[in-house]
Formats: sequence, C-alpha cells, structure tokens
Amino acid sequence: MTSKNVHVKIDEMKTSTGLIKNLEVSIGKLVNDNWTEPMGPTPKPSLSTLRDWDLKLLNRYKPFYMPDCDLCCLCTFGKCDLTAGKRGACGLNIGAQSSRIVLIACCIGAATHTAHARHMLHYLIDKYGSRFPLDVGGLNIKVEAPVTRLVTGIKPETLGDLDEVLEYAEEQITQAVAVAHTGQEGNNLDFESKAFHVGMVDHVGMEVGDIAQISALDFPKADPEAPLISLGIGSVDTSKPVIMCIGHNVVPSVGIIDYAKDKKLDDKIEVVGLCCTAFDITRYHNRGRIVGPISWQLRFVRGGFADVVVLDEQCVRTDISDEATKARAPVIAASEKNCMGFKNRTNDPADEIVADLVSGKVPGVLILDPEKVGEVAVRVAQKVAPIRKKFKNLPEIEEIKKLAKTCRQCDMCRRSCPQDLKIPQALKAAAEGSMAELTDLYEYCIGCGRCEEACPVKLMVHSFIVKAGERQMIEETNLCRCGRGAVQDVEIRNVGSPIVLGEIPGILAVVGCSNYPKGGKDVYDICREFANRRYIVAVSGCSAMSAGSYKNAEGKTLYEEFSGGFEAGGVLNVGSCVANSHIAGAAIKVANIFAKRNLRGNYEEIADYIYNRLGAVGLAWGAYSQKAAAIAAGFWRLGVPVLVGPHGAKYRRMLLGREDKPEDWEVYDARTGNKVNVGPAPEHLFQTVETPQEAMVAIAKLCIRPNDTWKGRSIKLSHYVDLHKRHYGCMPQDLHLFVRTMADVPMTMKEEFTKILEAKNWKETVIPDPTLLPRMIRKMKE
Amino acid sequence: MSCEPWQCAEIAATKKANPINKPEIVVAMIKKASRPLLIVGSYATERWMEGKPLIEYLIDFANASKVPVVATAHMVGEFLKRGYEPAGFMSAMDIGNRLVDPEWQGIDGKGHPDLVLIIGLPYYMEALILSGLKHFAPDLKTMTLDNLYHPHASWSFPNATLEEWAANLKVMTSKFEGGQ
Repeated sequence: MTSKNVHVKIDEMKTSTGLIKNLEVSIGKLVNDNWTEPMGPTPKPSLSTLRDWDLKLLNRYKPFYMPDCDLCCLCTFGKCDLTAGKRGACGLNIGAQSSRIVLIACCIGAATHTAHARHMLHYLIDKYGSRFPLDVGGLNIKVEAPVTRLVTGIKPETLGDLDEVLEYAEEQITQAVAVAHTGQEGNNLDFESKAFHVGMVDHVGMEVGDIAQISALDFPKADPEAPLISLGIGSVDTSKPVIMCIGHNVVPSVGIIDYAKDKKLDDKIEVVGLCCTAFDITRYHNRGRIVGPISWQLRFVRGGFADVVVLDEQCVRTDISDEATKARAPVIAASEKNCMGFKNRTNDPADEIVADLVSGKVPGVLILDPEKVGEVAVRVAQKVAPIRKKFKNLPEIEEIKKLAKTCRQCDMCRRSCPQDLKIPQALKAAAEGSMAELTDLYEYCIGCGRCEEACPVKLMVHSFIVKAGERQMIEETNLCRCGRGAVQDVEIRNVGSPIVLGEIPGILAVVGCSNYPKGGKDVYDICREFANRRYIVAVSGCSAMSAGSYKNAEGKTLYEEFSGGFEAGGVLNVGSCVANSHIAGAAIKVANIFAKRNLRGNYEEIADYIYNRLGAVGLAWGAYSQKAAAIAAGFWRLGVPVLVGPHGAKYRRMLLGREDKPEDWEVYDARTGNKVNVGPAPEHLFQTVETPQEAMVAIAKLCIRPNDTWKGRSIKLSHYVDLHKRHYGCMPQDLHLFVRTMADVPMTMKEEFTKILEAKNWKETVIPDPTLLPRMIRKMKE
Repeated sequence: MSCEPWQCAEIAATKKANPINKPEIVVAMIKKASRPLLIVGSYATERWMEGKPLIEYLIDFANASKVPVVATAHMVGEFLKRGYEPAGFMSAMDIGNRLVDPEWQGIDGKGHPDLVLIIGLPYYMEALILSGLKHFAPDLKTMTLDNLYHPHASWSFPNATLEEWAANLKVMTSKFEGGQ
C-alpha cells in the first residue's frame, strides 16, 4: 500500500473548452491499495471501539487489586488517602486508582516502544528512502505485519507505508494518556479496557520498529537457523578495546559497527551490548557480543571491561555515567530521550570531541548523529584502552575483608534488598575471612545497588558481591541464538492444525526482563522442561539471554540442544523487546493462515479465535518495566494469558478467573447457538506465580482451551497431571472441570481420573465450536 | 523489636498494623474467631530455625490449633510429604482474590473466614496481598505470623530474630489443647 499527500495548483491554463485560473486541488491521500481482502469491522479502532470485547474478558477475569500505595498524589488536591473504600478529592476510589496506574504504566510502555519505532523509522527513511521495500522473510513470509494488518487494516509494503501506521499508534497513545488526567475516566473496568487498548497499540509500535530494522538493516529474516552468538562477559576479548552499548535502540551501534568496518577495524575492536541493544547488535553484525541482561550494568562497568560506554535508550541506569566515570570510561549519550546532562557536541568536529574524551576534559558527551557516534566511539576506545588498562572500580579481596569489619550489622542493606539477601551475614563472614557467603549472593543479586544506598557506613556492597563472584563472572561463556525475527508462514501451516487441535500441547513465550527472584536459572529450567515436553518455546529479550546462560549435562546450551524453529520442541529466540510483536504475530497468523480468518481490521474475531483455540501462554518471570506491562496488556486483549514471577505482583493488579463459579465459563457453540460450559480454560488472564514449580504447573494448565479435540485435551491433561504430581505431590483436584468426555482422559491415568470424577459428580458434556461473539453463531437458536 | 516495615519502602498510609507484643494475642484472636484460616507460602521450607524448617513448626501449630491451612505455590507437596493434609491449596493470588469476595464460603463451603493468618510468602508478595485485603475486605481481620513487620495487616509481630520467632511459634502451639 502507498499513500501520499497530493497538492496541485494551476495559476492559468488554456484548454479547448476554456481558461482555468487559480485552481487549487488538494488530496489528503492517494491510496494505491492492492490488498484485496475486504476491510473488517474495526480498522484503526479508537479508545472505545473494542470496549465490548474487553468487557467480555474483564467480566470473566475480574481485577484483583493489591494497591502498592494507599495514597494518590497526582494532583494538588492530594495527597488523598484512599484506604479501604475512601474516595479522593476527585471522587476516585482505590480500585479505579489502581487501574489508572496500570493504564499509566501501559501508556509509558507503549509510548516507549512507539517512540523507539518512530526514531528508527526516521533514521531508516533518511538513509534508505521511504520506498525501501519491507522484507521480513523473503518468500517464506507473505503476511509481513500481522499485528499492523489486524489492527489498522493497512498492508505495509515500504518503509514509507509505516508512517501512517505509527501516526495511528501515536494518536491512540496520546488519547489514552489523556484518560489518566484527573477528572476523566472514573470506572475501574473502563480504565482496564483502555489499558488493553494501549497494549494492543504497543504491539503495533513494536512491530513497526522491528520489521523496519529487519528489512533495512538486513537482520536475520525469520531464520530458524540464525547463528549462535557468544554470550557472557567471559566471551569478550578484553585484550581489545571494548565499546559497550547499553539500551534498546541499535541505531548508534550501527554507526559504530559501520565505522569500524569501513576502517577495517571490526576485528580489532569488541562491540558488545547489554540488554536488548545487544540482540540487535548481533542481528546486524555477527562479530558482536551479548554481555547479558539489564541487571548486569553495574557489574560490567565496575568490572572495568568497557573502555567506552555508549548509551541509547530504555532501561539504562540513570547513574551509569557516574559509574563509568569512576571506572575511567568515557561516556557517549546518543539519544534525545537520554541526554544524561552532557553537552550536545553533535555539531562539533570529531577530532575535538575525541580529544576531550581521551584527555578526560569531559566525562561524557551527547552526540545525536549515529555516524559521528560511530567515529568518536571507535577512536576514543582505541586511544583510551591502553591508558586505562581495564581499570576496575572494584576493591581487592583483602580490602573487602578489612572494610567488612566496619559493618554495623544494622540490617539496612538486607531490608533495602528486593531479594532479601542475607548481606549482613555475608559481610560478617567476610570480616572473619570467608568470602564464600558473598560469592553465593552473586547469582541471586539483581544488581540494583540499593544495598549501597542504604548502608550508613557507605560500604560498596554490590562491588563486594561482584568481586566475590568475579571468577564466575569472567568464566561466563555461553551461546545464544541470534534473534530470528518473525515466524515463517510455512511454519504456521505446519503447526497450525496440531496447535489448534491441541496435539502440540502449547506455545510458551518466555519474555521480559531479569528481575528474577532467584537468578536466571529458573528461566532456563522452565524453558527446557517445556521444550522437552514438545511445547513450542519462544523467547525474547533478557529472558532469552538467561535461557542461554546455562548448560545441560553434556555442556550444551538450550540453543544447541533444541532447534530454533517454530515447531514442537523448538526454542526460538525472536530477538529484542520489539520482537515480542512476532509472538503475537504468530498467534494472529495461525488464525489467518491456518484457519483462513480474515485479518484486515478484524480484531475481535481474531482475538476470539486465539482465546478459544490457541493454547498459548506468556511467562515474564522477571518482568520489571512499564514496557513489559504494555506487552502483557497487548496479549490480554488477544486472549493470551500472562504469568509473572513474584516481583510481578508489584504490577498491583491481577486478572483472575474463578474456577469455582461455573456460570463464568459459558461460551456459545457457533454451530448451534447453545451456551456450553467449557470450564476455566484458560483460568486466568494475568497471574503472579510464587515459585518456578508453581509456574510450570500453571503453564501446563493455562494452555488448555475449549476447542481442544479429545486427543489434544488428553495430551494437555497428561502434562498438567504429570507436573502437578511431580511438584505438588498429588493429583489436581480440578480435573472434572477439564474433562468433557471420557475420551479426554489420558489412557494411562484412567483409574486416577475416575476416582476424582466420581467424587466430584462429573457429567459428560460436549465439545463446542467455541466463541464469545454472538455474531459468530452460524445457526441462531430459536 | 521494631514496628518498622521490614522492607524499608513498604510504607502504609493512615492504617497500619497493630503490633502483636506477645504470642498469646494470636491465640486469643484465633479462639475468638469463628472461621480462622492459615495461609502458608513457599518460604515455609526455606526459612529455618533451630535446625528445622518453618513448615514443621506450622504443622505442629495447625495440628494443635485446628486452624485449617491453605498452602500456596507448591507447598501442598511439602505438607503431604510430612504427613499433614492441608484443607486446600491454591495460588497466593487465588486465595487473596477469594478472600475479597464476601460471597465466598471458604474452603469447606460453610462460610467466609473472619480471621486470616498468613505466613511464609516472599515479603513483598505478602505485603501486597495484605494491602489488597486491607482495602477490599475491610471486615476481615488479617494477621501475619512472620517475624517481619507487615504494616498492611490488621495485626503483625514486630521485626524479630529467628530465635524469637521460633519461641513465639512454640508458645502459640503450646496454648492449644494438645500443643507442646
């Protein structure tokens, strides 16, 4: 599709029929639309277009609020105490306020992804032109932008086509932010519906950002065999100058890599990334390295590995420039969103900037031209590396033991630690000469540094932990599959039937950040468990790094052990944060390519299909950010349940079904119009789980869908029961809610099932053609 | 012992927990309640006192007090392994969600709990659930048996050492018939 603004002005024109003077014709848009699919009912939905769909879900999965704060302090009427039913000066109660905070978080997340996409698009159009064609998978992908097509009704073909898509997303985010102003929305479910809306828009923004960069920067294009990339601090060749890029927007890193290649220095410099920028560096340049997830910023900078630190946007520690300065590493801030207080040197000659950074005259600079970032970063790294000699801002072991003796054992470090780590005990042991306890904390520390802020004697507790774990840190050498991007249409065709019929037991998406309760090993264990059970396991972002950070008994990482295909038993890394849109896209493509449901502007029908038929579940074990909230909200609206780890409870609102309320679980049978009780499938839309064991049982259960065939249901139940028995030590007590006919019962478990079914007075029911939408009923009931 | 939130930033506004200055208060509250319920989280096997895990103290307490137990996460297996059958098991979110529903008739279907005792969840999760109950189940009395002060409960022990905690749990158990 192409669209343009056209303006024609004729001052004077003589024709055979007369004279035309001062004619002006303005056409807002000239649309060359060669997508033959008819437009669905909801192209470019506004805030309330899909409200009815949202309310269907929200009445089934009612919010359970756990307010993180009893007060509202967003306007000058406040602070208002909203405790236990009190209303604030504006009339809002704590339920609506909690949903409002959820909406605000989702707006921040969606704005962040969409602004990232906008920056990327401007950059790529400037560099490659607006007619540059989109190509996310060559001949293997015809549906190049499933989320965009579904939501906006636009089939983009060029970079320029994405402009209109982003305009839509930007308008919706602005409208949604406005909802949060004092004296706008007052109903909690309406706040929730708008959070769903902005979550949906977030997936549009993410998709635009990723398909633009895949196409123009020639990232792997839906490649199941995308290369394996070195992962971990130990994989970095620290004998070379090291440039560390932190954030999510690869544009400045592209400038660095291009400059290094142009000067034939790319094998003489290490360009490494931390957080999602790392993935996109390696998608662009196969010599790039992934250092690790977001939580490792402090340990890597203090560890002295980086000679130059380049900051782009999102999830960057806001004090990282101070940290880099202490480690004598110059800093280049490269994003308008993250100027870090540095002077803007974009228009200064590169020679001057290099001289100032190398001499230490300035600790950092702001450069908003990616090509100049590239030149300055490479030249500074080359000059600074021999001077700083990997200077560490870490104390020596003997110094730690000495300093630990000044610890007052006041517990403030532990009480400030999100993980409740036993830091005082470890410091006591260090003071007595043993570093083992501090070393044990290394794996569980999320690197926030709050312990140091709380310490009354200013001990550098995090540095102590990093030093104690230094050997482990420098030995971290693993492999991670390069982000492959989208899922091929042919892969969807191959697995569509077994997924929808339930014979592939489910799709598990393990995504999000690294705010883990007990280190990243849980992510690896969960992914491996479900890959071994022949689920499709999709990963992205920091979780994809953690999944690759451990090895099996044969010394193989997850990505060496399992294929990278969208297939049973595959573990596919889609890429960075913005690549999460491909997971939603794969679900949408099952409905479109396999089930042949129309895509164009047809959100409700596709979401209804996914919700009732596609056994997909998301797990964000370490989710911390507003972006993660927005991503989750996009999945909720599509009908895909999301689990978060224990820290995810701080999102302060769950969306929980009630399996003990049978009236909540009725759907229409599209064949007859009859209402059929299908049980709690899926039971929840958003749930915090406390332990990895609970997560595994919940994942297996949440993959159950009303549409499962008896064979598929039997397979899903066998996984659910097996995991339940292993981790809970007993049979599940809710099996009667999931067995429709005895054919659903796994062959080897008949006896155990029968006992439970009899005790619960189970009765046989039918397998419907399930839908929540009355308009999908083919034969209306009389 | 202090009545400051164990995790420093977990601050309540105008309604914060009354301190439990001695374990007999818990016993009295349980005896006064018609339908008490004990929620046990996943730290029951991770926190140890005097060489044994918290869960073993809680089994003794539950046997003596006859307060029905709901195990969260995978704790049901840990209870069963030790020969104790909890009244129910479900996720921490699910039990919180049921407790804010005044229509919910409890694990046994005979009536809504009027006193909830909670112990052994990650501090921040327990704090959030207690906050949810404070706001949305205002008639429900909540009491944490952890050794960490929880401002969002109706009643909480002050921050205490493991030794004090073990002693408190043992005193509570001993005050019920058959307890030791």
